[in-house]
Amino acid sequence: MSLQIKPILAALRRHKAGTLLIALQIALTLAIVCNALFIIHDRLAHIGEASGVDEASVFVIHNQWGGDQSEQEIDAQVRADMAALRQLPSVRDAAPASGYPLQGGGWDNFITMTPDQVKPTTDSAVYGGDEHLIDSLGLQLVAGRNFRPDEVATMGDQQMVIPPVVIVTRALADRLFPDGSALGKSFYAMGATPSTIIGIVQTMHRQGTSTWDRPYAGQALIWPLRRADTRGLYYVVRAKPGELAEAMREAPRALYAQTRMRIIAGKDGIQDYARIRQRAYDRDRGMAILMGVICTVLLAITAAGIVGLTSFWVGQRRKQIGVRRALGARQRDILGYFLTENLLITGGGVLLGLVLAVGMNLWLIVRFASQPMPIAYLGVGVLLLVLLGQGAVLAPALKASRVPPVEATRSV
Amino acid sequence: MFQYYLDLAWRSLRRNKVLTALMVLAIALGIGASITTLTVLHVLSGDPLPGRSAEIYYPQIDPQDLRGMSPSKEPPSQLTLIDGMNLLRAARADRQALMKGGEVPIQPEQSTLDPFYVNARYTTADFFPMFGTPFLFGHAWNSADDEAKARQVVISSDLNQKLFGGANSVGRTLRISGTAFQIVGVLDHWQPNPHFYDLNTGSYAYSEQVFLPLQTMIDLHLSQDGSNDCWGNGGGGTDTVLPADTCVWLQFWVQLKTPAEAAAYKQFLVHYSEEQRTLGRFQRPPNVRLRNLMQWLDYNGVVPDDVRLQTWLAFGFLVVCLVNTVGLMLAKFMRRAAELGVRRALGASRRALLVQLLIEAGVVGLVGGFGGALLALGGLWLVRQRSSDYAVLAHLDPSMLLMTFLLALGATLLAGLLPAWRACQIAPALQLKSN
Repeated sequence: MSLQIKPILAALRRHKAGTLLIALQIALTLAIVCNALFIIHDRLAHIGEASGVDEASVFVIHNQWGGDQSEQEIDAQVRADMAALRQLPSVRDAAPASGYPLQGGGWDNFITMTPDQVKPTTDSAVYGGDEHLIDSLGLQLVAGRNFRPDEVATMGDQQMVIPPVVIVTRALADRLFPDGSALGKSFYAMGATPSTIIGIVQTMHRQGTSTWDRPYAGQALIWPLRRADTRGLYYVVRAKPGELAEAMREAPRALYAQTRMRIIAGKDGIQDYARIRQRAYDRDRGMAILMGVICTVLLAITAAGIVGLTSFWVGQRRKQIGVRRALGARQRDILGYFLTENLLITGGGVLLGLVLAVGMNLWLIVRFASQPMPIAYLGVGVLLLVLLGQGAVLAPALKASRVPPVEATRSV
Repeated sequence: MFQYYLDLAWRSLRRNKVLTALMVLAIALGIGASITTLTVLHVLSGDPLPGRSAEIYYPQIDPQDLRGMSPSKEPPSQLTLIDGMNLLRAARADRQALMKGGEVPIQPEQSTLDPFYVNARYTTADFFPMFGTPFLFGHAWNSADDEAKARQVVISSDLNQKLFGGANSVGRTLRISGTAFQIVGVLDHWQPNPHFYDLNTGSYAYSEQVFLPLQTMIDLHLSQDGSNDCWGNGGGGTDTVLPADTCVWLQFWVQLKTPAEAAAYKQFLVHYSEEQRTLGRFQRPPNVRLRNLMQWLDYNGVVPDDVRLQTWLAFGFLVVCLVNTVGLMLAKFMRRAAELGVRRALGASRRALLVQLLIEAGVVGLVGGFGGALLALGGLWLVRQRSSDYAVLAHLDPSMLLMTFLLALGATLLAGLLPAWRACQIAPALQLKSN
């Protein structure tokens, strides 16, 4: 095989334009495919993040108030609603909440360790709920205790209450107190009074899934607050296992039986977690799908280009192939010739492509705050393109190998 | 001659259908992907107030305390109520409006309709003439009504359709959050994209159904939506309905007809900051900005990064498709060396051959462009199925359609140049001999 390289190079020099074009195409394809694969992996990892919620059984009702009730009336109505929901046979637990994980954006506060600290230590998503919220979401309390009913305060419209106790996620606890001593310690969340950590839950996703939320992934806190917002609030309801559909039918009926002065908007008013998750990651999924399609089509086009150009070369060299065959070259020698030729071109293209791929990744880092691409993606990309090149050249090369020796005698 | 070349091109393209189809497909895919993403980018980075946007400015001042101050830091992106009112009443611009978003319950008189929530805009009177909102019926309120905290409302045509069946509802009463408002105007369809005047409530495909005076909102404690940034420990205190004085939460827009006026207004902002510092309200040295509408959108990075990234990738994809087409065309043209040799021998100039081959490339480009336009229509349909706020806006307009064909034609002619030039270099004698 190695003996063939010299004549191949000599032949390639006669086809400079075609050779360069294929190499360039392979280089560009490699650069785009590596980066696209990396983006796909990145987005899929993002989509797969755990919410900490018992997603199979939990749904959320967006309850808006339609009348002109006072805050006292609203608070009383929220309590009555909760009692009604918790009594339903298909419902395990229910809680009022200011927001819910994967909501798409919501309340968050900067966290400081002292009240007059200038630069915040970090940021945390903020959830307000009563002592039923942890069970209603299906969160796992791994240290400390839940809220007591007497700790739950009412928070009205545009009003800011900083409760003295707080439950945080493990991620936030470890960020604030890396030595694992978070329980019983306190911090400030944009207020003059501290909140003391009384419990830690294993996982609770933030409301947001945007790039902004990423550095603060998994950092959330729950305050014992029941919103008496005149606009409305969320009810988090956890159905008994296997009774989600039943509970989602019964819950709004039970609420309307309480009072009709409320608005639960049709499609978005009551959502299960399958839908919430789908909405939260729609953009990421769209990006991953688009990248996947672009990769596939790109590889197909490059393969087609190689087939086209190699077929042309085979047609051009029929006579030379015939001469070689007449002089004793076997079919496999001809096959090997074209495979080696393609390997050389692909090799050149891949070398250039590696440089382009790294350059493109650097540009993405600067321009789009992307992450550095692990070397493995380059390896996968190179392997993919070498296999693609060899696969694409196989058909024309086989055709070439079947050129009969008698071709040498024709049309000279 | 052109027709003859066209005929030659057609014959040549039909001779090798697979190769032709491959070229057309590559061009169509590349063009389709580029035009789809470019259309989304085009729609999202459009001018929400064409012809007017250069005169509309967004003033920023810095009322924060000294904590966390650094010289290069941008001032907050909104105003406190005190500063907003001061700048509004100073009336140094041709027009100015102070505003905030919100959500209010509408309680229809008809018993057939349940109460429902709509998006509201609380603003001062200049909003309407400054942004040139079209009125279907009636008119806006005036600044005297602002000061009088008038219970007046301008509603959208959608709401007018829903409540009054599209009839002229000026003068009728609308119950909003338990208070009776008099309808003074009905807007014609108006939905600037992006929703430039308040990017906090949603950037695209967002519009308000009711517009009412800002002072009235403050008077009635109607609920607000959007961004509310506080500094110090001014989280709003307790039991306050309005955000504290140490919170920025209002948007303020001004209209300045000439650059000289804009420069003077910026100077005024500096003076105002200095004055407030003398009074002890401001602690920082004057830190002001005066961006016009498009600069403000750019500063806020309103076009999502994902969309830009997709556009870049689609163009990378197009480049690969073009390189591919160059290769295929090279093969195709070189294979016809004998034919071209005969034409040369019969007296055709190199130039004539070049034109002939480029016309062939152009035909591929046009057919590819047609395929690309179809793919783009399909691609945009897919984009519209997504749940992003801008998805509904993704439509191909005539200018983008024209762009599709120009791009396809230009790109293929460019791609055909090298192969055509190479094919023209053929020595006629050599080709004739070997036959």
